[in-house]
Amino acid sequence: MLESIDMSLVDWSRGQFALTAMFHWIFVPLTLGLSFIVAFMHSIYVRTGDEEWKRITKFWMKLFGINFAIGVSTGIILEFEFGTNWSNYSWFVGDIFGAPLAVEGILAFFLESTFIAIMFFGWNKVSKRFHLTASWLTAFGASLSAVWILVANAWMQHPVGTVFNPDLARNEMTSFWEVIFSQVAVNKFLHTISSSFLLASLFVIAISAWFLLRKREILFAKRSTVVASVFGVITAISTIVTGDSSARIVAREQPMKFAAMEALYEGQTHAPLVAIGVMRTDTTSYTDPQEEFIFKFEIPNALSYMVFLTPSGFIPGITDLVYGNKEQGIISYEEKVERGAVAIETLRELKRAKERGDEASYSALKKLFSDPVWLDTYYSNFGYGYYKNRNVTELIPNVKMNFYAFHVMVILGVHFLILTLLVLWLSLRMRWGEHKWLLWVALFTLPLPWIASQAGWILAEMGRQPWVVYELMPTLTAVSRLKPGAVQLTFWIFLLTFSALFIAEIKILTTQIKKGPEGK
Amino acid sequence: MIGKAFNFYYNGFRNMTWGRKLWRIILIKLFIMFAVLRLFFFPDLLKRDFNSDEERGSHVLEQMTQP
Repeated sequence: MLESIDMSLVDWSRGQFALTAMFHWIFVPLTLGLSFIVAFMHSIYVRTGDEEWKRITKFWMKLFGINFAIGVSTGIILEFEFGTNWSNYSWFVGDIFGAPLAVEGILAFFLESTFIAIMFFGWNKVSKRFHLTASWLTAFGASLSAVWILVANAWMQHPVGTVFNPDLARNEMTSFWEVIFSQVAVNKFLHTISSSFLLASLFVIAISAWFLLRKREILFAKRSTVVASVFGVITAISTIVTGDSSARIVAREQPMKFAAMEALYEGQTHAPLVAIGVMRTDTTSYTDPQEEFIFKFEIPNALSYMVFLTPSGFIPGITDLVYGNKEQGIISYEEKVERGAVAIETLRELKRAKERGDEASYSALKKLFSDPVWLDTYYSNFGYGYYKNRNVTELIPNVKMNFYAFHVMVILGVHFLILTLLVLWLSLRMRWGEHKWLLWVALFTLPLPWIASQAGWILAEMGRQPWVVYELMPTLTAVSRLKPGAVQLTFWIFLLTFSALFIAEIKILTTQIKKGPEGK
Repeated sequence: MIGKAFNFYYNGFRNMTWGRKLWRIILIKLFIMFAVLRLFFFPDLLKRDFNSDEERGSHVLEQMTQP
């Protein structure tokens, strides 16, 4: 069924989408987090009337503005790609994606665009309180617009609140609230927002550390650091807590992703957690799981405990999921493929019956698509059907990439918590800046939250493979049948444009940082 | 009210210093995105090639169920 698809087309389309999404995600988390930090600093200025806080607010507001301006509308390209490169997918997801993105567009336009202008142009032009309100509304507007795209992504990970219309090959929303408040969506939003705030906090701490190392703008740097470290500690804790609950949700809803991110091949109770590990590069199969690691340091029972809050909980491994485990009630991929193939064949028959005007067959087949038992048995495995007569191991995501993405994110998360705690503790004791090596650590931490954040998205998206909509639509069938050369061409255009924009961002940001806050 | 709002934005943009460079970047970027990429490289295939939702659905259904 998938034989007719050109794999190079799929690879280039995926590469293009990954490039665009990852580039977009350079700007988004800083916009989300810095907007709140600026609003908080602005509040201190309005409350105290201290002109130094005004300088501080204006400086970080300027960096926020640069980041916003360079990043704005880079996300629109993703929507272009949905329509051109992923037209089957766009159609299949229907109003699940359309409705949230439309709401996002309206909110982003009215809230962000309107209030950002007041935020930047409003100094001495509007009342202090109105100006401050604009800063807060900009911050809330940014987070609110992020809700919708995250809800849409959560639906792709865990499709709920919808029904499949077999006539139009389209999912239709049956419960807006179920889509918005699914556990995956809520957790995804909280984890993403927390980590974005943390990223912005570390950005402020790092830039302030640079000023302290240069012995410039000491008061400005120390005050900025205090605000950022308070934000940093709170959001580092929140990121870890929501990350932990996210792992539990993944273990339940996407067990293959969970097994891949821990490189767990054989399921077990008392499963250990790999704290640090190096995987072999010369093995690509899972036929000899024991040989997958060159070295690893494990915490006994921790993985079972993390998921079930008891060490006796059974964590299925990759082989359990592929070949099934009767004892644990896990059906094999082979069985799922058979069930999925039945669902696809039913859809095909329904289409044929409709085309030849066979009302009786058409009605009988259509009825199945509203039968809960049939839906649960067959339609819920729809995507697996495309792998009939193929090797079921194609359904295993890239284990090494998921393992490293997960562990890089977790290790960096721990580093961020320790660093922000240390910075806050020293700041409150008026001793931040005394230890030069710590300032260097803070400065060199600057790119790390971006690496952690991108790693998180790599895990979320690569761990879900081969699905674009979990268990319903494989990435291979989502892609539009274009010429691979055309996709390649736009890939290189994007790479050039994005590189130019990135260089511009760094250049403008560094120029403004070197200038420092104005108006002393 | 509208006049005040217009003046607010007009003066804001006029008095920009470092922001002018950003606006140039934004405008160039939007031009590349909408006048070049959208127009020549990223048509909405289903909207362009089919006239109704039924035709679009039928096309996707065909792609999803082809043996």
